[in-house]
Amino acid sequence: MSAMDHNSWESELRELETFIANAKERSRKEQNESDKALLEDQILKLEEGRDKYLKALYTNVGDWEKVLIARAQKRPYTQDYITALFQDFVELQGDRNGFADNAIIGGPALFEGKPVMIVGHQKGRNISERQFRNFAMAKPEGYRKAIRLFEMAERFNMPVISFVDTPAADPGVESESRGISEAIAASIMKMFELSVPTVAVVIGEGGSGGAIGIAASSRVLMLQYSVYSVIPPEGCAAILWRMPERGPEAARALKLTAQQAQSFGLIDEILPEPIGSAQRSPIEMFATVKEAIAKHLGELEVLTPDQVREARFAKFRKMGQFDTVAPAKK
Amino acid sequence: MKQSEAFLQCQSCKKIIFSVDFEQNLRVCPYCGHHHRISAETRIQWTFDEDSFEETDTDLRSGNPLDFPDYIDKLRTAEQKTGKFDSITGGRAKLSGMPVSIAVADFGFMGGSMGSVAGEKITRCLERAANEGMPAIIFCASGGARMQEGLLSLMQMAKTTAAVQQCREAGVPYIAVFTDPTMAGVLASYASVADVIVAEPKALVGFAGARVSKQAGVSKVPDDFQTAEFCLKHGMIDAIVPRKEMRATLTSLVKTLGGHLLEVKA
Repeated sequence: MSAMDHNSWESELRELETFIANAKERSRKEQNESDKALLEDQILKLEEGRDKYLKALYTNVGDWEKVLIARAQKRPYTQDYITALFQDFVELQGDRNGFADNAIIGGPALFEGKPVMIVGHQKGRNISERQFRNFAMAKPEGYRKAIRLFEMAERFNMPVISFVDTPAADPGVESESRGISEAIAASIMKMFELSVPTVAVVIGEGGSGGAIGIAASSRVLMLQYSVYSVIPPEGCAAILWRMPERGPEAARALKLTAQQAQSFGLIDEILPEPIGSAQRSPIEMFATVKEAIAKHLGELEVLTPDQVREARFAKFRKMGQFDTVAPAKK
Repeated sequence: MKQSEAFLQCQSCKKIIFSVDFEQNLRVCPYCGHHHRISAETRIQWTFDEDSFEETDTDLRSGNPLDFPDYIDKLRTAEQKTGKFDSITGGRAKLSGMPVSIAVADFGFMGGSMGSVAGEKITRCLERAANEGMPAIIFCASGGARMQEGLLSLMQMAKTTAAVQQCREAGVPYIAVFTDPTMAGVLASYASVADVIVAEPKALVGFAGARVSKQAGVSKVPDDFQTAEFCLKHGMIDAIVPRKEMRATLTSLVKTLGGHLLEVKA
């Protein structure tokens, strides 16, 4: 039976860590020198064991387990990357058409001293935050705000950095009545119009239309344990077998990992995560992401506006795999 | 529809219809007006000038890039059923004498789902329009992106939408017709960014399919939710056009929006 969330998948590790923490507390209080030395020695061995276990757990991580890591509650979210990687960020809100969305955030900032426009899905860490962010499921106004920011980026010649982290676009009645499909499609199309460089980083969940809506970028990068899928595994299982609980099986069938996306030629680079994933060493993760964005922006900066557009068209034009054979006959 | 020799039953109102009447009425129920689904071939025959259609890209066939369970079997079954390699049939045709680039979806081929082949054919249809200076007309009928090709299918959304952008730059009009059903990844890409969108009456049109919505906890929906009529009411489409009037409406649109292209040719 597969674990159904990241916490339960790491449960043994957590037990071990709790045990180590208790042992440290016990050792701190110990007055007897020889007993203290014995405890310290035990703690070192336990920590060695923990490191080994952690390394083993994160070696050959399964596809479904990557889904769990990508969804983990403590994983760095868009706002964390904004704070760590950029300066002078000002959040801009509203679609100027009657609605505001909190699942997609964005605004201008400085990246290594240069102006860029940031757009990204924002998840919440606790129940009230999650509700406020609508579980990072953007409504039409989220994509329409993104379009507004893309246009502004073009006007002021700023590269666009997207952070992708959504289970899906919002599927509710409100979203349908305001044209969620049109909003996503228009956002994708707007991205192809841009002559400024665009870089998308999938930091967690790349959930279908909701993700590609802000990720039709010159470069698309994925963190090692992020996922990118045409449909959530549970949704796929619901359609294929009418059993959402067969998500783990669907995750394997969908080939939704960064490694598989790269093998199909659909992304440009995989950014390695620290041992135990981004959440164990966010600082290390931020440094890797920062370096990667700088590298790709540097490569794109030398292109003329026309070349930027043409290269983006050419990149997506190639995507797809099919055979060419003798025509079908009835 | 349940078909016997001379009669059949309407899928919607369940009334018995004479097959002859049904065909003469373009498979629209004479009692309730329900537009039954039709194949790409029939659609082309009923919409464009007789014998004007030249099919292209018939050599494209889906592989199984993900090695997805049962995909090949489903493909072969659909191929046998339709005599085609894919849900999309594309090519050049004439509409009231005017050249157009067309792509027509067949829901009968794996629910009209968009994988690499459908995405490529739609892209080529739009590119053909842009390169050869003629309007593009696409009849949509799809449950969405094809799950069995995973992320490759999702990327077809970007690829096809980029091709619409090329039509805009080339100044050629692109008209989308939503037929039953036009959903999810197809609706959220090339279908929704057409210059003009018309739909057949009562066509199912929406972002999230019923099973996916249910999974996401969506309940309590209005009666006309995800229909062409709902889209019209909410400003998402230009008009609802019955099948019998489709050819005339498309002709007017091509004559007007594509008028500048005709003058160049003349």
